Amino acid sequence: MPDIYLDNNATTKVDGAVVDVMIPFFLEQYGNPSSIHKFADGVAKALKKARGQVQELIGAEHDSEIIFTSCGTESDSTAILSAIKAQPNRKEIITTTVEHAAILNLCDTLEKEGYTIHRLPVDKCGRLNLEAYKKMLSDQVAIVSVMWANNETGTIFPVVEMAEMAHEAGVMFHTDAVQAVGKIPMMLQDTKIDMLSISGHKLHAPKGIGVLYLRRGTRYRPLLRGGHQERGRRAGTENTASIVGLGKACEMAMEHMEYENVQVKAMRDRLERGIIEEIPHSFITGDLNNRLPNTTDIAFEYIEGEAILMLLNKAGIAASSGSACTSGSLEPSHVMRAMQIPYTAAHGTIRFSFSRYNTMSEVDEVLKVMPDIVAVLRKLSPYWDSVTNEPVANPEEAFSPTFK
Amino acid sequence: MWDYSDKVKEHFFTPKNAGAVVDANAIGEVGSISCGDALRLTLKVNPETEIIEESGFQTFGCGSAIASSSVLTEIIKGMTIDEALKVTNQDIANELDGLPPEKMHCSVMGREALQAAVANYRGAVWKDDHEEGALICKCFAIDAVMIEEMIWANKLRTVEDVTNFTKAGGGCAACHEDIEAILEKVLAEKGEKFDATASTATVEKVETPAIAAVKTPLTNVQRIKKIEEVLTSLRPQLMADGGDVELVEVVGNTVYVNMTGACNGCQMAAMTIAGIQQRLMEVLGEFLRVVPASEMKKLVNIEGAGHA
Repeated sequence: MPDIYLDNNATTKVDGAVVDVMIPFFLEQYGNPSSIHKFADGVAKALKKARGQVQELIGAEHDSEIIFTSCGTESDSTAILSAIKAQPNRKEIITTTVEHAAILNLCDTLEKEGYTIHRLPVDKCGRLNLEAYKKMLSDQVAIVSVMWANNETGTIFPVVEMAEMAHEAGVMFHTDAVQAVGKIPMMLQDTKIDMLSISGHKLHAPKGIGVLYLRRGTRYRPLLRGGHQERGRRAGTENTASIVGLGKACEMAMEHMEYENVQVKAMRDRLERGIIEEIPHSFITGDLNNRLPNTTDIAFEYIEGEAILMLLNKAGIAASSGSACTSGSLEPSHVMRAMQIPYTAAHGTIRFSFSRYNTMSEVDEVLKVMPDIVAVLRKLSPYWDSVTNEPVANPEEAFSPTFK
Repeated sequence: MWDYSDKVKEHFFTPKNAGAVVDANAIGEVGSISCGDALRLTLKVNPETEIIEESGFQTFGCGSAIASSSVLTEIIKGMTIDEALKVTNQDIANELDGLPPEKMHCSVMGREALQAAVANYRGAVWKDDHEEGALICKCFAIDAVMIEEMIWANKLRTVEDVTNFTKAGGGCAACHEDIEAILEKVLAEKGEKFDATASTATVEKVETPAIAAVKTPLTNVQRIKKIEEVLTSLRPQLMADGGDVELVEVVGNTVYVNMTGACNGCQMAAMTIAGIQQRLMEVLGEFLRVVPASEMKKLVNIEGAGHA
């Protein structure tokens, strides 16, 4: 069986049709869109088309609300830095404990510069407390930034409702939607969301292209100043081929929206049900009733994620883990810690994330190898009794090493 | 994914001595809650001879933690416990053909489990005196705790000071922002203020030989002289760590050195050697391999190759 790719929340394969529409912009229409000659005369039109395709996917009111950037991280930074620059008297930011590093590390740095950062906690299912959120909103807050869906668990946050609440309090609202765009339907023109980040490579477009949605009328200060590109809101020569590719990818995501939420979801559901039934002491993390259709994050107790990934990799299966050891940070995933998952489980979480290129037979293959992988590692674990094939009684007491 | 050696993969995919030894009379349990690794080492020691007759491991941890545990049980089997206590974490890493710097703590855990097991055998309780912090300098595997301690102990004030004392930041320089943050924090605790432009008054600056564009090939005598110059320039840093280095032999493009003092058996020895090798290559402008002199016999027939 060919290798199985179940790490689509990390990045995706570029769709062949996307590559096809990009190639002329490398080889023929490679002129600078600002130039007046035949090498560039099709480019401006192509950019406009792509802008329309993105607009369509997210339901924006105007195509001029789409600003092309280099990646999701740039969009996130632009949004937050714009809000604080445009409102210098507001010194507070509201976000969550489970954001992507693109938001969290930026906020950490702003905190050192004197900003007050409110980080909303989550409960054990990864849900936010909207009452607590409401109390944080004030005229001191420059911006709220809450992800639409969490990259590790797939948990969807009520950003539409939260944007309404922010709007009522007169506070700008940004959402990092890199995991949500293309996987769940959205109609931004019916919301109070002011800014939204998209990353191309999460939806079968290439890496190195992103979008910042900026609602018309939202006060804005560019991150990059220079030429007139993107109406002066993001200077720098347009990444034409990738923009065209992203447009195509958005069009295809729109066409596959139902497939994503029916067939892809069915594969995900079958995988997680199969694993939970077959493998004792495993559980799904996050808000089971409110998740992206393609994501499941499963904790395998008493074993460690990187070791699982290495054995999966050997079996030709690509997934990812919230374990400390895969990140090089020596810390387990901040998302798992925020949900208070015990560390004997947090280190053994594996995220399987699907795309429309996966098949049911791949799900069967994973279900075939997974129980053995877990069994092999549990045999090595000091928390596991290999005679009874059960966790040792009172695992945390029976094995209590000298901890640092 | 990590760049693991074939040896690490071999010990991970087919671990040796997995599971607990029945009738073990020496048990060591250590772990690091932050990085999620924990290890139980069980040994059967012959009370007459004090020879480790059987060894087994149970590990909750990543690929390199399992591989380190497996290789450790292989190394110590058949040793007396006194011999086993001489096994360093660097020996464990070497036996695995090296570990990524972020994963060196896995080998440290192996050594600590061994110490704990021996303490248990002797009826004592092993106490961990080693604190581990976030890895700051990935070139030389220096963590935050070590940098903080050195700043306190040696009144360090600048990134350059930190590099001189700990080697942290002496490689690719990407961690300088993190080192500045640690300096800011510690100096604030001391009631001082970090000043990036402060002079480095704490250590005498050592002139390092300029990176010379060497055009004509050097004679062996010239090369050895150059190598000695580089080692001399690096010596103050090593001595600050309580160690030293000595040139033993140069065969072809292989430079044999003796790491002495605190460098001998220090967990950083391999990193130090990599640093020396990098500097030598920069100055001499040719590919060189720096190898501990203890490896000499294993690698070459010295008598035959000496006059090559």
